[in-house]
Amino acid sequence: MRKILKNEGVQSLLTSLICIIVGMFVGYLVLLLIEPTGAFEAIMSVAKNFLGYSRTNMQLKHLGTTLAKTAPLIMCSLSILFSYKVGLFNIGAAGQYVMGACACLYGALGFGWGWLPCLLFAAFAGAAFGVITGALKAYCNVNEVISGIMLNWIGLYFTNMVLTNVKDASSAYTYALKAKGKDAILPTLGLEEFFSRNKYVGIAIPLAIIFAILVWVVLNKTKFGYELKATGYNKNAAKYCGMAEKRNIIVSLAISGALAGLAGAFLYQTDIEQWKVTISSVPTMGFNGIAAAFLGGLNPIGAIFSSFFIQHITEGGTHVDLTIYCSQISELISALIIYLCGFVGFLKMLINTSLAKSEEKHAKKKAEKGGDK
Amino acid sequence: MGQSYAIEMLGITKRFPGIIANDNISLQLKKGEIHALLGENGAGKSTLMSVLFGLYQPEEGIIKKDGKEVKINNPNDANELGIGMVHQHFKLVECFSVLDNIILGVEPNKYGFLKKNEARVKVMELSEKYGLHIDPDAMIEDITVGMQQRTEILKMLYRDNEILIFDEPTAVLTPQEIRELMQIMKNLAAEGKSILFISHKLAEIMEVADRCTVIRKGKYIGTVETAHTTMSELSAMMVGRDVNFHVEKKESKPGEVLLSVEGMTVASKAHKNNAVKNVSLKVRAGEIVCIAGIDGNGQTEFVHGLTGLEPLVSGKIELCGKDITHSSIRQRSVMGLSHIPEDRHKHGLVLDYTLEENLVLQRYFEPEFTNKAGFLRFKNIRENAERLIEQYDVRSGQGPVTVARSMSGGNQQKAIIAREIDKHPEVLVAVQPTRGLDVGAIEYIHKQLVAQRDAGKAVLLVSLELDEVMDVPDRILVMYEGEIVGEFDPKTTTQEELGLYMAGAKKAEVTVS
Repeated sequence: MRKILKNEGVQSLLTSLICIIVGMFVGYLVLLLIEPTGAFEAIMSVAKNFLGYSRTNMQLKHLGTTLAKTAPLIMCSLSILFSYKVGLFNIGAAGQYVMGACACLYGALGFGWGWLPCLLFAAFAGAAFGVITGALKAYCNVNEVISGIMLNWIGLYFTNMVLTNVKDASSAYTYALKAKGKDAILPTLGLEEFFSRNKYVGIAIPLAIIFAILVWVVLNKTKFGYELKATGYNKNAAKYCGMAEKRNIIVSLAISGALAGLAGAFLYQTDIEQWKVTISSVPTMGFNGIAAAFLGGLNPIGAIFSSFFIQHITEGGTHVDLTIYCSQISELISALIIYLCGFVGFLKMLINTSLAKSEEKHAKKKAEKGGDK
Repeated sequence: MGQSYAIEMLGITKRFPGIIANDNISLQLKKGEIHALLGENGAGKSTLMSVLFGLYQPEEGIIKKDGKEVKINNPNDANELGIGMVHQHFKLVECFSVLDNIILGVEPNKYGFLKKNEARVKVMELSEKYGLHIDPDAMIEDITVGMQQRTEILKMLYRDNEILIFDEPTAVLTPQEIRELMQIMKNLAAEGKSILFISHKLAEIMEVADRCTVIRKGKYIGTVETAHTTMSELSAMMVGRDVNFHVEKKESKPGEVLLSVEGMTVASKAHKNNAVKNVSLKVRAGEIVCIAGIDGNGQTEFVHGLTGLEPLVSGKIELCGKDITHSSIRQRSVMGLSHIPEDRHKHGLVLDYTLEENLVLQRYFEPEFTNKAGFLRFKNIRENAERLIEQYDVRSGQGPVTVARSMSGGNQQKAIIAREIDKHPEVLVAVQPTRGLDVGAIEYIHKQLVAQRDAGKAVLLVSLELDEVMDVPDRILVMYEGEIVGEFDPKTTTQEELGLYMAGAKKAEVTVS
């Protein structure tokens, strides 16, 4: 038993599951506090999401929507965890995501590009924002969290400004791609057939999974990953053994930014949503990436599953009965669960200390028994 | 004196997860005696003292004060019982005066207004009584380490502590200051204070202590009267075997100059002046040159300038005849400069990496460990680790895959030494390579340094330990306030002479040879 618990992978899985359960429970308590009558149904509809539909084809259709939104979240959590391995907390992922959205939408609607150039443009825009944060960190020692948050706002208003050029004067939303930028819609590869012709399901999903695997390979199997992780664990030692620590900071934030930029493209190039140029808060996708990264145990493969879960409950939140609860409740519940996902590290510590204690007791008992003989 | 004990710790057992730090240890401190506590690093000395000071609660065992059992739940209880401690790293407020530091926490006051004059009178009385010379109005940051220590001692006396604990008090002092401290401790004991003296330096224990308790690996080994024992007996008790104190080495045969530094000046991070001022030196093949000096006299900055961790203000460095003044750290390393860093946790290791990953830290980019596509060759990394572990006897829980953090200090250091020596450097820079290590590991590391010398490498040793300075090198350079103030031959100089130069009392014109 102890041996199993000691395994790092098992620990990650276990703690993540505990966090999820505790999070759901706290969410339930909050619902009870607000209005006890519909609390159980409400939390169940959050948990069920697409399973709440009775017909299989509706279930599949909504599963497709969840998956389509999971792909960008995977990219955001990859962005967070990649920079985190280098010891940087890239909260600027939210802004890099926005820049990605801006670039791909303008590429599609402004320049009339096809989907691939749009994707690349989004990655480039995200990377450029990452480089700004990285250069400030490396050369001026500006904390990446501070500059990241500032850039989030700059990115948001810049995007609102730029995308005003690709919309109708009467609407706050940019043109739908299917109307004015058909070429930029990501190919579906026939995947929509499996999800009751949900046309938002496409290449983004397999691509996100491929990126997760790529990130895992880079971090664990390459010289580059070895250097990045060494810099993250101990930047003094990295400097001591001659690693280009400044370059590594910039490069890793550029890659992190590119991943976040692609996240923006993975959402908006499915045409599932249009950008609203009047919004005045940074989209939560980038921030949810933080939760997804931690819930996934900072493992790229784990991030795939944690991202799906978080998107699952976020979507599930929209199914809460709004005649009983106000419309913010869905976001409140998913926010609560996501918040509790942050306790993964704390739980791991608890498990390890109690393991050590029980081991000690065990050893003591053994010693006493030996003494008796 | 009789048999009355000021403090008795009986059968103390303290466990931590996975380790028994103190296993049934007893320590009896007589009134008015100086009692040494001897043990290697990690033997459990600090844990035992933390128990006495109320920082840890023992699982078993009792503590008696003047024959009565007491409970010490926190440091405040310890203070009330009159137990005071001078920590190895002083706990002083740098920007406060000596007097302010002494009264800190127990300030005499009336309605919240300080009555410093009262305190000053008491402090000066104590200072005279015990021969603790201080300047009450000097700022801590401006005074010598010796005076800082006297401030710490006065802090205890000001609180009327009867039991004084000194945690490795001589580590930071010059030989002259050590002698002064010994005298102060004797004065204190003569006045009826009871002193616990924690150390692993045998000579000091023999000189100053009345009795000595030895612990090893958390276990109580014995208590002996120093008058009836010898240094070798004590060391055998401490280590569990006989130890050779002297480094065996043949006459050195210096060859060509491998490392040459001219007029190196390095800025300081702590203050506006330069930390290293116009230092020049040469190290030849087949010799060990030691830079001696008290901590904080520019040695760290010198080494950082030499290895490329810090930029130079001015100066020139040549490695094997090639100018490396503007080379990167990596270039210097590849050209044959190995560096055993001062702080193995800060620079020497990535603690969260495994042992095998740490062992390739200087060579991971070579074709042996990285293929052309940029992928690591894990098989070779493993083989490299297995070879080094075998060759240098690096011990760890799970071999190559042990996380470096979980290894003992001595084995971490062995791993670094294995890595740095195995890359076959021309010049080996070793900064305090034996710091915090036990006698056995020290012996091993000294042998390795001498072996490198005999293999025709140039070795530059930076050390704070006078025993090491006298024993290991072929030449000694003393550094004081960023300058080389003297060059000595270890065969003809004495610790006292070095001490005068280290403290800045004497200075010689040094010609680079």
